[in-house]
Amino acid sequence: MNTMSATIAHDHHDHHDHAEEAKENALFGFWIYLMTDCILFASLFATYAVLDHNYAGGPTSKDIFDLKYVFVETMFLLISSFTNGFAMISMHRADNSRTIKWLMLTALFGLGFIGMEVNEFTHLVLEGSGPGRSGFLSAFFTLVGTHGLHVTTGLVWMSVMMLQLHFKGITPRTSSRLLRLSLFWHFLDVVWVGVFTVVYLMGVL
Amino acid sequence: MQHETVSYRSNTTGFVLSLLLTLASFGMAMGGAFPPSISIATIVLSAVLQIIVQMHFFLHLDASSEQRWNVLAFAYTLIIIVFVVAGTLWIMYNTGIRMMPMPN
Repeated sequence: MNTMSATIAHDHHDHHDHAEEAKENALFGFWIYLMTDCILFASLFATYAVLDHNYAGGPTSKDIFDLKYVFVETMFLLISSFTNGFAMISMHRADNSRTIKWLMLTALFGLGFIGMEVNEFTHLVLEGSGPGRSGFLSAFFTLVGTHGLHVTTGLVWMSVMMLQLHFKGITPRTSSRLLRLSLFWHFLDVVWVGVFTVVYLMGVL
Repeated sequence: MQHETVSYRSNTTGFVLSLLLTLASFGMAMGGAFPPSISIATIVLSAVLQIIVQMHFFLHLDASSEQRWNVLAFAYTLIIIVFVVAGTLWIMYNTGIRMMPMPN
């Protein structure tokens, strides 16, 4: 009897270790993906830096960038990173309803960011300053658009996670997915720091 | 990356520091009180600091042993990024000089 319960206890311990190890491995694998994404963004930044002044007689960066607008956009994304941190804290405290509420707030700010970006792009295209106008605008739309596409993907992922949390609660699986989503979301804010510095601020100076 | 180390304090510290650095960057670009070279240096410095702040407080990357492989992968990525960006700019600058017709 003693050996049996010891075996069960051992099995249980082993099982827990495996689950923990699998979670760590999945997180590390996702980290490697983020690193490859860094290289993707680095090549787009390099392309932008090369084509920076190729206006082809079209609008220059000073003509089309409104720093106040970009500042509000930046605040939306930064605040969403902050609220996402609170969602993770609630998740670690196994508080499901709070986790969902914080994620909703995060998604709302993310949506505000994307909405502003879509609005900016629409105005540019309607004014005839679309990606086909000049090398500068091609590089601009590609770099900023790729970031925006990532944020949009993050929002879809976040919606799915809110539904999963609603129906399944905080389980080892959902929390493991939530950890990776959180990593992805914070990573996109880090990339945005590069975007607003290199594209918008240095473009206006 | 994000274990139980996630706390109110680190999340709030990360946010406040990022906010201050963002304000410094935009203030420099919008104020126009300084010569461009100083403004650009400040903006680049704030961006680098903000990336470090977010890496530390939001992504929880540090020098601990459990983070070793994450940091190693990140360091390798940084080397690749320097090669890609510096290499591209170097080659394209030289190509530009050799191929563009000069104004006079």
